[in-house]
Amino acid sequence: MTATTEKKKSSSPALVNESGAIRRAFSKLRKDRIAFIATLVLLFLYLVVFMADFLAPYSPAWYDREFANASPTPIYVIDAETRQPSWPYVFRYEKKFDTDSYEYRYLPVEGEKYYLQFLTTGESYKIGPFKGDLHLFGVEAPARIALLGNDINGRDNFSRLLFGGRISLTIGFLSLFIAFPIGLVYGGISGYFGGRVDNLMMRFAEVIMSIPSLYLLISLAAILPPGLSSTQRFSMIVMILALIGWAGLSRIIRGMVLSIKNMEFVEAERAIGLQSLPIIIRHILPQTASFVIVAMTVGVPGYILAESGLSFLGLGIQQPDASWGNMLKEAQEITNLINRPWMLMPGVLIFIAVLAFNVIGDAIRDVLDPKSTIRQ
Amino acid sequence: MSIPVYILKRILVSIPTILLVSMIGFFLMRFDFTIGPVDLPLGQGESIRVIEQTRIWNQIDPLAPLRHNPQISPAALEHERQRLGLDKPFVEQYWLWLTHVLQFHPSAPLEGNFLGFFTPDLGKTFTGNDVSALLMERAGNTLLLNVICVALSWLIAIPLGIYAALHWRTASDRLLTVFSAIGMAMPGFVLALVLAVVVVKTGILPFGGLKSDNFAELSLWGKVWDMAKHLALPVIVLTTGGIAGLQRQMRGNLLDVLGAEYIRTARAKGLPEGKVIYKHAVRTAINPLVTMFGYEFSALLGGAILVETVLGYPGLGRLIYQAVLETDTNLVMASLVMSAVMLVLGNLLADILLKVVDPRIELE
Repeated sequence: MTATTEKKKSSSPALVNESGAIRRAFSKLRKDRIAFIATLVLLFLYLVVFMADFLAPYSPAWYDREFANASPTPIYVIDAETRQPSWPYVFRYEKKFDTDSYEYRYLPVEGEKYYLQFLTTGESYKIGPFKGDLHLFGVEAPARIALLGNDINGRDNFSRLLFGGRISLTIGFLSLFIAFPIGLVYGGISGYFGGRVDNLMMRFAEVIMSIPSLYLLISLAAILPPGLSSTQRFSMIVMILALIGWAGLSRIIRGMVLSIKNMEFVEAERAIGLQSLPIIIRHILPQTASFVIVAMTVGVPGYILAESGLSFLGLGIQQPDASWGNMLKEAQEITNLINRPWMLMPGVLIFIAVLAFNVIGDAIRDVLDPKSTIRQ
Repeated sequence: MSIPVYILKRILVSIPTILLVSMIGFFLMRFDFTIGPVDLPLGQGESIRVIEQTRIWNQIDPLAPLRHNPQISPAALEHERQRLGLDKPFVEQYWLWLTHVLQFHPSAPLEGNFLGFFTPDLGKTFTGNDVSALLMERAGNTLLLNVICVALSWLIAIPLGIYAALHWRTASDRLLTVFSAIGMAMPGFVLALVLAVVVVKTGILPFGGLKSDNFAELSLWGKVWDMAKHLALPVIVLTTGGIAGLQRQMRGNLLDVLGAEYIRTARAKGLPEGKVIYKHAVRTAINPLVTMFGYEFSALLGGAILVETVLGYPGLGRLIYQAVLETDTNLVMASLVMSAVMLVLGNLLADILLKVVDPRIELE
């Protein structure tokens, strides 16, 4: 407990020298072991989704109708006949109609072994300027390899999981980078001018805040015209997510600006005849930097969850594009989930990503916010 | 300011807020205007068309199901259009909606009929049901669920938070920290899916709805027990996140307060440890949580949409979700305003509770 009081004393002049405080905080952060692990996990996730074209055996649009709702392909490492360890292989599967249970079953074709191939050529793709057709692993054509089974259209769940992660993990950041400038400038102007302007602007922010956010999200997403291309739809969802995030932020920024604007350096700038907007943007708002960094790291998981929730309800990212949320949509039917539990995998990844962001957010808050006592 | 005056003032202030919410909601449902064409003159009689004439409107057609039904005649379709007011500009539609809702009869209470003072006409849904009846039922269900969730998460989280703070840096504190981190990161709808699978597979709890089919035949206690069984699953899902967040906050706040000078003073003058903690520290540490109460209420309202959809709970969230999809204007407007009112009341309740918990706080 003595640590608490000591920390408070040492970091009270943080407002005066923001950039120095941030640099010191990050050197402290590097020593935090749990935050370090969380950072590694996140880096791994982002690397995997960035390299999705290479790591996934199929493209997200690839499908084989024959394999609708198929289970994960078993990979054998012990040869069935010789009982010796062997290079990993899979069997070719065939769809058979079971006349007893009236169900389609996928049965291995005896003897048709296909060995797992690493660094094999497959569908061509483009990562930035680089074209390629190399895939980390795969099997030869008539056989299929689906680590997490296939979805209702016979697309490969594992590949879609990687490509879906691209959308789910970036949408939060993009929305954040739209919402934060709006919230900062809005709160800054409101706090700096005060009086009637402040009253009016804050009343509007309160209105936005008094609609439960998911209700607003759903209403906005539902009126998107149906004919949008997937890029347009993606950017609209980003905008919509950004639209709800700024209000809460602007209120806190306003409160901070209210106290900063009475400091001497602001008075001095006004005295030398600087315009209001440059004072707000270039001199007052930078003073809120440590709060903003904390709020941003704490904010990302909220956006990730909002996107997955929207897509889960069928209002976010639409088929044929994949996102973790809309992949879970199929799991809404409980019978689907009972028969194919691997469909929950996107949920597990959302959980891991959010957990990692929360841990990093807490660690950053601990070192940047002198009042924080979340993790001691 | 005394509490009744404060309540009155807050209610008066929230009226424009709720009006604006309804305006935004209506605009989102029914906006329909045309812009352009805009021509930019280049001189010498030439001009360049910057914006083509474009109609911006909500493209979801509320009459689509009727339009595709071959049994519905064009005349009947037109009649339906007029009944719903779809042929008028949206500003006029909003005004119609508002005047129907704001039905005040100041003379009614004087005649002894207090309920007659405010009789809002919320209109009918697209399928012809009465909105107010539907809304009352669903809002009641959501309120029931939320009140249970808030109460339960406070009852569990506060003691856990106190325990963790008092056993700071012991194994049990670390374990609680891990649990709360997991609880906070778990998306409600994913947890709902997992638990739904468990419940459906084992059959230990009923899945979906709020009442069994034979509800009417049950005795009073049978009814309570039946509803409790139906509520168990959504309550577990919704409280998990709440407990995790509250526990963490309470622990942090209490740790902060325990480091304060006056606690050291209290200990130094020989006050028993129990009194120091429960009479001084906990009472101070709980204040910020009371402020969070209103926020928690709104988070529950929002989070409930997903959980209600997964678990098939007949609440406000699922109602508004379906209504939005069908652009059922009357239903969307009524439930949107209802949720905003619930949120405003939740915030008000939080502020009054804060005053009760901490008499030093000035209501302004």
